Amino acid sequence: MSWEIVMGLEVHLQLATQSKIFSGSATQFGAAPNQQADAVDLGMPGMLPVLNEEAVRYAVKFGLGIGAKIGKRSVFDRKNYFYPDLPKGYQVSQFFSPIVCEGVFDVPLEDGSLYPIRITRAHLEEDAGKSVHDIFSHETGIDLNRAGTPLLEIVTEPDFRSAEQAVAYLKALHSLVTYLGISDGNMAEGSMRCDINISLREKGSDELGTRTEIKNVNSFRFVERAIHCEYERQADILDAGGRITQETRLYDAEQNTTRSMRSKEVANDYRYFPEPDLLPIVIDDSYIESVRQSLPELPAAKRARFIAEYDLTEYDTNLLVPNHAVADYFEAVAKSSGAPKLAANWILGDLSAALNRSELSIDANPISAERLAGLVSRISDGTLSSKLAKQVFEALWNEEGDTDEIIAARGLKQVSDSGALEAMVDEVIANNPDQVAQYIAADDAKRKKLSGFFVGQIMKASKGQANPQMLNELLLKKLEDQS
Amino acid sequence: MSVTPSDIEKVALLARLAIAETDLPDVTERFSRVLSLVNELNTIDTHGVIPMSNPHDMEQRLREDSVAHPSDREALMATAPAQQDGYFLVPKVID
Repeated sequence: MSWEIVMGLEVHLQLATQSKIFSGSATQFGAAPNQQADAVDLGMPGMLPVLNEEAVRYAVKFGLGIGAKIGKRSVFDRKNYFYPDLPKGYQVSQFFSPIVCEGVFDVPLEDGSLYPIRITRAHLEEDAGKSVHDIFSHETGIDLNRAGTPLLEIVTEPDFRSAEQAVAYLKALHSLVTYLGISDGNMAEGSMRCDINISLREKGSDELGTRTEIKNVNSFRFVERAIHCEYERQADILDAGGRITQETRLYDAEQNTTRSMRSKEVANDYRYFPEPDLLPIVIDDSYIESVRQSLPELPAAKRARFIAEYDLTEYDTNLLVPNHAVADYFEAVAKSSGAPKLAANWILGDLSAALNRSELSIDANPISAERLAGLVSRISDGTLSSKLAKQVFEALWNEEGDTDEIIAARGLKQVSDSGALEAMVDEVIANNPDQVAQYIAADDAKRKKLSGFFVGQIMKASKGQANPQMLNELLLKKLEDQS
Repeated sequence: MSVTPSDIEKVALLARLAIAETDLPDVTERFSRVLSLVNELNTIDTHGVIPMSNPHDMEQRLREDSVAHPSDREALMATAPAQQDGYFLVPKVID
């Protein structure tokens, strides 16, 4: 049987506020256990939550960023369940009236096309604490630093049909939220966690099959693998005539398999009701307008502008835009050098490769935009051949100075002076009469091959500095004159 | 409104309440009576009434996003029955 996979995603995004959603505790990652938990976070009796204005602003920013409807009157609800790292016995969330209502998010795919994903909703909620199972032999340790950290849960419709689309969505979402500045998007530190709802159905069918939910997948690579594993598992069951059990599963990266999380099955009944300790959040049009005014240029607009303004391909644009710092760097190099296409090639080519090799992020890039622009300018004005440019790039990377200093120090200037080139060509022709004779005797196809010998000799004599294009033209003309 | 003993068992499980087997018929009966009382509210015509999420007719006030360092952390930790190395300790939880 041929199965179609149908998926919807829920992303828990940690908002980059300084303090928690309902208390003044810090949200910094990596503090010693329970250093950042106060009486509110611990759920002490009588403590009342006070909502963080920045969390509200960030949620609205996100809503506007995907063109969604903003809930003018949103309400917090209690989601009731017992777990040791949930101090109050309920999580404050938004169930009935979320702050962000439906919207559509256009996801750029690798081929340059856009794939629209319907966003069902996004709501504010508090994170739970962390249970640590491997430090103590007979107990579980509870660290409530994360309890009360503001989260935005972003829910999509079941619009995904492949793992690639799901990963493309997550990457685009990551790009959007970092552009908006509402989250650091750090997946390794849990700032962006993904739940995947997966079901299969016969190809061509309109009905949805029974789904399973894979919880808390925290890297793009694991999302892709988890989806492939779960697809195989469900297809095997269905092929054998079995039925899928609706359940929560966990992706085990080491075994590359998903397994049932039985503990989550018992209490799948959260008995939501309005949180009496909090009043409705009321948002008016002037507030929405003020947030809208504060939005930066977002990835979709930037992609369109890069294509229009710099004449880049969609492919290059899709590589340059997702990371804000890379996009800014490109733009600085493009403007300063006046050669955007060349700038894009160097950033996506040699610079990316060098950064990857040294495991550096763009923020730790040793070559300033101004310096790379200097290199690009010297290539575009013909001073440097691409071969010489690579040498200069190495020197820039090693911080030996700016491009002109490196050219001067190493004497790397490309020889584009036709008189000097002519002298070199004449010399090599005079010194190699045998090869010249061979060339003259050869047919066109062979001549092409033989001319390489002369180019090689001249390049060697000029230490690679001869302008290759001019050299070729001159050489062919001179050889022609010999025959 | 009639509920069954098994409804009561489920609600008790979700609320972490221990109800003795022998008390179950009595609790079921009383639970049903409370629900019947509440159910009378369903006879009221609420057409056009905005659902009330809070009895106070006010909006949520917001707090500035700034960090306040708690000074009473030791005291808070001390209220826990068991703690070690900065962690609260609970019976082993296995997923």
